[in-house]
Amino acid sequence: MAQAAQSLNPSPPLRHDHSVKRHTGLMDWITTVDHKKIAILYLWAGGLFFGIGGLEAILIRIQLIKPMNTFLDAQTFNELITMHGTTMIFLGVMPVIFALMNAVIPLQIGARDVAFPFLNALGFWTFLFGGVLLNLSWIMGGAPDAGWTSYTPLSTTQYSGTHGVDFYTIGLQIAGLGTLIGGINFLATIITMRAPGMSFMRMPMFVWASFITSAIILFAFPAITVGLVLLTFDRILEANFFDTSAGGNSVLWQHIFWIFGHPEVYILILPAFGIISEVIPTFARKRLFGYSSMVFATILIAFLGFMVWAHHMFTTGLGPVANALFSVSTMLIAVPTGIKIFNWLFTMWGGQVRFTTPNLFAVGFIPTFTMGGVTGVMLASAPADFQFHDTYFVVAHFHYVIVGGLVLGLFAGLHYWWPKMFGRMLNETLGKWTFWTFIIGFHLTFFVQHFLGLMGMQRRVFTYLPNQQFDLLNLISTIGAGLMGVGMLIFLTNIFLTSRKPADAPDDPWEDGRTLEWTISSPPPEYNFKQTPLVRGLDAFWKEKTSGHKTMTPAEPVGPIHMPSATILPFLMSVGIFIAGLGFMFSRDDFGNAFMGFMFNNYLVTAIGLVITFGSMLLRSLYDDHGWHIGPEELEGR
Amino acid sequence: MLRPQGPAAESSFDLMKLSITIMIVVLLIVFSIAAYVLVRFRRKPDQREMPEQVEGSFKLEVLWTVIPLILVVVLAVPTVKAVFAAGNDHSNDKNAIKVKVTGHQYWWEFQYTDYGVTTAQDLVIPAGKDIAFELSTKDVLHSFWVPSLSGKMDTNPDGTTNRFSFSAPNEGVYRGKCAELCGPSHGFMEFKVKSVSEAEFEKWVNSMKSPAVLPEDPALAEKFKSQCLTCHAMGDMPDMSSAPNLTGIGSRESVAGILLNDDTGVDGAPVLENLKTWLHDTQGVKPGNKMPDPKKDMNLSDEEIDGIAEFLAGYTLD
Repeated sequence: MAQAAQSLNPSPPLRHDHSVKRHTGLMDWITTVDHKKIAILYLWAGGLFFGIGGLEAILIRIQLIKPMNTFLDAQTFNELITMHGTTMIFLGVMPVIFALMNAVIPLQIGARDVAFPFLNALGFWTFLFGGVLLNLSWIMGGAPDAGWTSYTPLSTTQYSGTHGVDFYTIGLQIAGLGTLIGGINFLATIITMRAPGMSFMRMPMFVWASFITSAIILFAFPAITVGLVLLTFDRILEANFFDTSAGGNSVLWQHIFWIFGHPEVYILILPAFGIISEVIPTFARKRLFGYSSMVFATILIAFLGFMVWAHHMFTTGLGPVANALFSVSTMLIAVPTGIKIFNWLFTMWGGQVRFTTPNLFAVGFIPTFTMGGVTGVMLASAPADFQFHDTYFVVAHFHYVIVGGLVLGLFAGLHYWWPKMFGRMLNETLGKWTFWTFIIGFHLTFFVQHFLGLMGMQRRVFTYLPNQQFDLLNLISTIGAGLMGVGMLIFLTNIFLTSRKPADAPDDPWEDGRTLEWTISSPPPEYNFKQTPLVRGLDAFWKEKTSGHKTMTPAEPVGPIHMPSATILPFLMSVGIFIAGLGFMFSRDDFGNAFMGFMFNNYLVTAIGLVITFGSMLLRSLYDDHGWHIGPEELEGR
Repeated sequence: MLRPQGPAAESSFDLMKLSITIMIVVLLIVFSIAAYVLVRFRRKPDQREMPEQVEGSFKLEVLWTVIPLILVVVLAVPTVKAVFAAGNDHSNDKNAIKVKVTGHQYWWEFQYTDYGVTTAQDLVIPAGKDIAFELSTKDVLHSFWVPSLSGKMDTNPDGTTNRFSFSAPNEGVYRGKCAELCGPSHGFMEFKVKSVSEAEFEKWVNSMKSPAVLPEDPALAEKFKSQCLTCHAMGDMPDMSSAPNLTGIGSRESVAGILLNDDTGVDGAPVLENLKTWLHDTQGVKPGNKMPDPKKDMNLSDEEIDGIAEFLAGYTLD
């Protein structure tokens, strides 16, 4: 009744209380600043790159199916492993993480959008154009071939003569810009836009995990950006930061790369921890066991994550003191990670566990990720790592963590939040098929690789000699990879079939939703919450349910809602950077064509790109756009 | 790696066994709790009541913080010990054999600085002696690895040289590999370590120093000198380190590191056959290697190539 009374008092007319030009079709997607649509863009783009990375993985496994195979040549194989790693990490799983963060975080904290919707769109488009640039290398003279780690001197022009590594350095700088922008945006969103009553210690675990992930991004991505800039200078402008004979140092690259690269591992896995911490309590109908220790464990993991980078470099020759210190600091990470594992198990203890598809993935995650974790501790012991390093044991370990951990977590999250994102429940039967084929395929592929490593098979070899007892295990591994591919196809079929059904998912489709996203319709309206909810405890919605309420108590009367305007500027800015990057990369090339030479060698293409980007920025700065309002009449459906 | 043949590899193996034991215990605990929970606490169809909402348990949480900490200490102490033990590189040990290892795309150069001997692909060492290695690369990073004898160590460019040491108490031939991505033929950058008795080692050093021999056919000898010896060295010739030293190539374990020499034909092929395979198709055997093609780049005829292969196959150490 209180609500109805409020809506009877019309608020005074506002200056921007007018309807706005609404784009449709493609133009709607290019100009959107709505976090829910940007989430879907991230999901499709990430899914596309994930598919490319997956195809690369299948090709790699086919090549390794038998000794001395000639399915691929050595150079192509090196390009494939480089692109598989780079694509999966930077363009595959990270965007899907960002998709879920975009789709869920504003809803979970009771906000109407992120703090900077314009930046959100900019982050997506720079990521997409960076990723497209990187993948253009396949058709523009050859992909990068120095591994996703791009160790110098192998990645310098002397040993990698094509533009492949330039596509890597410049593509990743552009894509990295998007990640950094996204990270800053989520930090600001979570700090400033929580609903009334949602203190930090009442935030859902996924919000906490995303918050800490964003903080890691803020500190780790500048390191890789600097490294990539230096490598670009070495390659294109003939600098010698990493040229030992000219006073540089090739080991320096390894330090720069891993001081980013190790925290990156936690950028990937912490959101998965967050997802699991949402899915398990929902389907156990029980609150998360040890919430505050979960929060502190996450912070501790993030902190320690910056202290362990040299464990990737035990065989680089850092000396016993460094090796001993980094061994011990790495082992310490096992402690907070262990806390999390036991907290999840004890969340289910005494609960009522339902095996829906999201929960199957979450439950499958626990033992699988634990196996990746324990091999991590084994690798942390430097003298043992002298043997493990750069073998298939390491390949098995990081796939257990990234696929067995993160990808299972993402599957859990996608199945869990799909109805909220699209208004349609994914088919449960097909979901269970996805789970079983994927997880069985996964263990077939990677469990045997531990033994391949222990038997002396180095990683990144395009083929191997016979009579080393590698043959059978590699065959099993390839069969497993095929099964994982089948799992992915079932998932895609599920998405396709689901998309043809009516969007009829209820607000709380899993019935036991605990957090704010389940209090609004599926998919939510563009303003999310008609009235900002009042949060009265951890698991805000669950708390209302247990008090016998069906809805949240609003924290404000119904009033006009301010919305940001759609804009094409983020898209244009990214197009500009894309053109500038391409121009810079080819600035020293001899085209044998006067016009092309003139355009590229005088940096004119670069200049055009930068003019587009900075011009768009100028436009954005000079013309104030105050956005628009949705009036209360429209909210009430009048 | 699982069949260690020397003290360095054994030290790694002991730590592996310790860590895997601890980890299997951890896995068993996690798996059994998980299995129990998933069986015992399934939701029954008629279950409608709300489970008790447990906030946490201070005692339990302390328990699973302290126990992993103890396990970490149990693993960390021997790890630190072994790290410092592995730090002894024997570079100042008068009894150690000093070997300078240089990585090249895609072959290994071994210089015995105390003996003035240089060889490639086969590292001959006296059994039981400590070998003090000095590792560097002429081009990209490689990693020097003999799984059954020791862990690996990267070869960095000059100025960031690494040192380490291992020994092989038992006589035998061990397989060595490159463990750091170094280009297309990274997987083919293998070598052999031959651990022999001390007397045999002395004999080998002396025969390595004997004067170079040339093919008997003067025309072929001239071709060999002008086409091959501009990069390769043999016997007492000065070594330019630009291509593998060929001294005694006929008695090596392999050709190009990966074509295993085996007269019985079980694990490989006779050395002559391997040399022919290699010289007729170097890029096919080892893609991306830096040797000019004998036929296309050096204009040698098939007969000349076969002649050189025969000469090299017969160039053995006594």
